[in-house]
Amino acid sequence: MIFGVDVASILLGGLSAGMVLFIVSVGLSVTMGLMGFVNLAHGAFAMLGGYVIVLAMNRLGVGFVPALMLGFVVTAAVSFVFERLLYKRLYRAGELDQVLFTIGLVFVFIAGLTIIVGPETQPFTPPAALRGQVDLGFTQYRAYSIFLIVVGIVIVVGLWLGFERTRLGAQIRATVDNRRMAESLGINVDRLFSITFAFGSGMAALGGGLGAEFLGLDPQYALKYLVFFLIVVSVGGLGTVTGVFYASILIGVLDFVLKLYLPKGGTIFIFALTILLLLWRPQGLFKRTET
Amino acid sequence: MSATAAPSGLTGPALELSEHPAARMLIGRHRLRWWEPTPWILAIAFYFAFPSYLGFGTDLLITILFALSLDLALGYAGILTLGHAAFFGAGAYTVGLLAFNGVWSEPITSLILAAVVAAVVGFASGLVLLRTTGLTLLMLTLCTMLLLEEGANMAHEYTGGFDGLPSLSIPPIFGIFEFNPLYPHTQYIYSLVVLFVGFLLVRALIYSPFGQSLTGIRENMLRMHAVGSPVRWRLVTCYTISAAIAGVAGGLWAQTNAYVNLTTLSLDRAATVFIILILGGYGRLYGAFVGAVAYMVLSHFLARVYPTAWQLGLGLLLVVIALFARNGILGISESLWRRIQTMRRPS
Repeated sequence: MIFGVDVASILLGGLSAGMVLFIVSVGLSVTMGLMGFVNLAHGAFAMLGGYVIVLAMNRLGVGFVPALMLGFVVTAAVSFVFERLLYKRLYRAGELDQVLFTIGLVFVFIAGLTIIVGPETQPFTPPAALRGQVDLGFTQYRAYSIFLIVVGIVIVVGLWLGFERTRLGAQIRATVDNRRMAESLGINVDRLFSITFAFGSGMAALGGGLGAEFLGLDPQYALKYLVFFLIVVSVGGLGTVTGVFYASILIGVLDFVLKLYLPKGGTIFIFALTILLLLWRPQGLFKRTET
Repeated sequence: MSATAAPSGLTGPALELSEHPAARMLIGRHRLRWWEPTPWILAIAFYFAFPSYLGFGTDLLITILFALSLDLALGYAGILTLGHAAFFGAGAYTVGLLAFNGVWSEPITSLILAAVVAAVVGFASGLVLLRTTGLTLLMLTLCTMLLLEEGANMAHEYTGGFDGLPSLSIPPIFGIFEFNPLYPHTQYIYSLVVLFVGFLLVRALIYSPFGQSLTGIRENMLRMHAVGSPVRWRLVTCYTISAAIAGVAGGLWAQTNAYVNLTTLSLDRAATVFIILILGGYGRLYGAFVGAVAYMVLSHFLARVYPTAWQLGLGLLLVVIALFARNGILGISESLWRRIQTMRRPS
């Protein structure tokens, strides 16, 4: 049965997964586009945020929304410090050193969380209002997934407006297109990068918390899903919000369908598709400028 | 361009072209230096000194060979790859499948077959992937490896899936030297000889004009295009050779362990060899040796007892290396050595 109601539920499930992918990956795309920094530790920031959110809810009894805000703020602050103290020194270094550095950071995060919190998976239960089913008129679906889709749409629209309609967004776009020209026009690229890096990590934290329901949350999170975040970013194109959004939805829905119909080794098609897409459009599917 | 000005040595009548310092450096570059036999002496000494650690030693030698193959692609040609385990796995599964199904198991010819299969995979993937650079190339190599891993997992009827192919029977080398799993003397010597051959090949390659053009491509691809170097073919050739050597390392791994499983194709293995190479120092031939010894010894003694502390320490070490010692352990030693020499000279 692939028709009728099934199509709707598959689409909804895939969309909610895609939204989480988008929320986590969008910061990675923008920071990589700005500085060309190969940041493999982005998943680690998502994991850190997820832990802050889930632990605040489970152990401190903080509400869902305040916990999300707390996760965003803490992760953004931590990543800001990391950026100013460490990342900054490697902007002019080669990709190899950047990869080595960020892999090292991932190990530190994994080991740190294992030591402080423990190796087990952290349980996540959505707040009571988001449990159960919700009636959409044409079908019944899980309330939490619908909530994810709504949140995702709000964030996409917000980011798109910020990217296209604000001064900061214009500066980011200019820098992604041509960093040296932007610098010579007086844009403070360093400051711009600090802000977007902290904000992007905060978004990743939100994604880590929101997605904990179906991605799970354990210290291996940072490595387990890193490949997916990287696939989304490279397929979508660096430095784009809309590109990452379409790529997230594509990969999210595809993964959902494959898990449903080909539970054994369905991901092989995602890797194959990624290879084909990248060979066809090495700069990403939705990259605006051809440079 | 400043290069149009003739070097002072060429204009003076006293100095012949071949006696120019740069020319001398180029001629003598490939000559054996006094310390170069050291690793081999140490490897032979290890055989007699630590007979109970020969299994670990064999693993170490194979890792060195694998890191050496990565050095050729990543260190010399600057091909940013995070999927080199694809070729290690291709070699391992070649040996494993042939031996498991009783088709062919003679060790040395099996290794050659492993090299050929890995080279074919390397050539085919290199042909399409090496048009890209940077993050795109990194993602493409990574996805190719994951594709092979998933493929091997899905074809579990042939490959044994996650569990792999257990208890391969490998006949004695030359019909005389038997592989004994408890006393791996043969495995150690065999791996050492294969590593030596592989090393000689890599060393000859990097000092050849071909190797020189690879370094040129790494340093400035645009300029190499401009001087008429067939950049893409050089890269594909290098990638293919590198893949073949990685395949031999994988084949050796399968033979000495007498089994193959999915870990030979995993991201874990690819990331580890990447870390080892950069830890030791990439693009300098002996980085693979230093990095593998440092990493394997530490992980062998720490990882089992304190796995989490090991991961934390390794992470911190990588961060420190990336921030303060860009060229790995060998890079630090070289700059220290140079500093000592300049301190000596004025006195």
